[in-house]
Amino acid sequence: MQEPWRRRFGARLARARALLGEFYTAPYRGAVARARRDEDDLFMLFVYAELMGVPNPATYYTLELQPLLLERFHEWHNRMGLERSPLDHFRCC
Amino acid sequence: MNAVVLAVIGLIAVFSGYRFYSKFMAEKIYQLDPDFKTPAHAMRDDIDYVPTNRVVLWGHHFTAVAGAAPIIGPSIAVVWGWLPAFLWVVIGTMFFAGVHDFGAIWASVRNKALSVGSLTGEVVSHRARNLFMIVVFFLLLMVNAVFAVAISTEFINTPASVIPAWTAVFVAVGIGILLYRVGVGITWPTVVGTVILYAVIYLGELFPVTLAETAGIAPAAQWILILFLYAAVASMLPVWLLLQPRDYINGIQLFVGLGILYGAVFIAAPTVVAPPINPNVPAGTPPIMPLLFVTIACGAISGFHGLVSSGTTSKQLNTETDARFVGYLGSLGEGTLAIVAIIAVTAGFSMTEWQSAYANAESFGAVGGISAFVEGGSRIASEGLGLPIGFAQTLLAVMAVLFAGTTMDAGVRLQRYIVQEWGTIYRIPALTNGYVATAVAVGACLVLAFGAGGADGTGGMIIWPLFGTTNQLLAGLTLLVISVMLVKLGRPARYTLIPMVFVTTMALLAALYQLSSLYAEGRYVLVAIDVVIIITAIFVMLEAASALMRERRAAAAPAG
Repeated sequence: MQEPWRRRFGARLARARALLGEFYTAPYRGAVARARRDEDDLFMLFVYAELMGVPNPATYYTLELQPLLLERFHEWHNRMGLERSPLDHFRCC
Repeated sequence: MNAVVLAVIGLIAVFSGYRFYSKFMAEKIYQLDPDFKTPAHAMRDDIDYVPTNRVVLWGHHFTAVAGAAPIIGPSIAVVWGWLPAFLWVVIGTMFFAGVHDFGAIWASVRNKALSVGSLTGEVVSHRARNLFMIVVFFLLLMVNAVFAVAISTEFINTPASVIPAWTAVFVAVGIGILLYRVGVGITWPTVVGTVILYAVIYLGELFPVTLAETAGIAPAAQWILILFLYAAVASMLPVWLLLQPRDYINGIQLFVGLGILYGAVFIAAPTVVAPPINPNVPAGTPPIMPLLFVTIACGAISGFHGLVSSGTTSKQLNTETDARFVGYLGSLGEGTLAIVAIIAVTAGFSMTEWQSAYANAESFGAVGGISAFVEGGSRIASEGLGLPIGFAQTLLAVMAVLFAGTTMDAGVRLQRYIVQEWGTIYRIPALTNGYVATAVAVGACLVLAFGAGGADGTGGMIIWPLFGTTNQLLAGLTLLVISVMLVKLGRPARYTLIPMVFVTTMALLAALYQLSSLYAEGRYVLVAIDVVIIITAIFVMLEAASALMRERRAAAAPAG
């Protein structure tokens, strides 16, 4: 069994590490999340480009990802300024 | 007088401001409610709105507001003697800056975490919001130009700082990649990054970098061009890659720097050699009234803090009562840095050296600044902590350069956003392009940096008082928003209104004084900017009077 002081020290160290992590993350949390979302949006375009009539040489590789990303499709087309689903055969709304 | 006495008086004063005055403001004026649902809870999305530990928010506010400006301003202002600068820093921090930062968070939290700019439109008027945008644009323009000139001057005065300062950029990128791409925890990158930062200071001393005049371009001008080229590239990089880790490194540097400087002052106990009031100011030095109050903007009160308070802080505040700890105590970061800067430039020299640095300087634009802080501070650090003088000199120079550099990074990025927004509002598609917007932003800063000081890039510090004037106007606008909210709520507004009237009046008087001197010197770019600032200041005052009278009438009118 660990000594109580060692446990306390370990807990304090973990707390300090968590605070340091928050100090790093907190000011830019929103900016980083938005940047990540922008990257995801571009990726969504790669995956669904062919279905919307945009030729995409990578479709062969991205095809199997389509069903996996369908859940995000509605939010994505809304964010891109399309009120209704741009796909004829897939009506999410 | 012994510098320890000055440090102790200053620290006791600003911390008693937190202990007593901020308590009074929290209980009687802002009337903070521990049960109020802050936007971090009411609008929680785990992206922008996240309840965050108050110590973390305090650390962010403390480090975000303390940069190069609280070093440069006081280092120039001691030309009038140490007493006026010290009094303005201490009184300003206690009764102006703390109330301003604290109030900005409170006002934003009470209005769905809106930024001060949006709040100005909501609470005061749409005209006031437009004024706010103009002031912010000029503030960014000037901060970028001023800091580019300050860094360039420091690179020339301390060539040993060049390698460590640029290494910090690579260290920051390394930390960003380790954290976001490799997935390493925060501890080791912090430890290794900090060790590298301090180790390369020795490398900088071994290999000082000096530029020779090339194609008729002076070294100072070359550095300014390089810095803006860097800032343009940096502003286009993802936030996680450079800006975020650079900010983090700066935070660590600030705490280490403050520790070193205050520790050295208490151990070395140097004597303040500068006179309390300097009877021999250099020829052409402007009058202390009103110029003191714009020369020291950051360090006493700064409008820039309002942008920080209402930007990320108000969206992450866990409870409303945390606003006092985060806002008021956070604002002390700048005050404590300004106090130690005053000590460095007044106690780090012999009397003769101080006279030659200040009393015998050729012009007001040539006195003090980062170089005096580095010179004086390094001597105290060397005497107090036994650091080799060269190492201490490079250490402080790098610290100041990094503070200024990070502000430039963020400043150019923000300016690009503003230009892109203009492109959208006025339907100019070219301006919405990131590269074009960056080129416009950087171009404007270059025109100011060279237009103010000439093609050799050495006289740009003439912009400093104008930068302070703009900063104070912004602070005046934020205090106006808080005052109008207090009047609406039927609470005493004098605690924010008096600082608001004071800083706006000083800003206007300073702008009027500078107009004549800039015109006489033939600095027409600055004359044009000064005219815009004067007009803006007058409009701010009119808007203030109109909004306050409107709210008083509304409050006096019978209900129903």
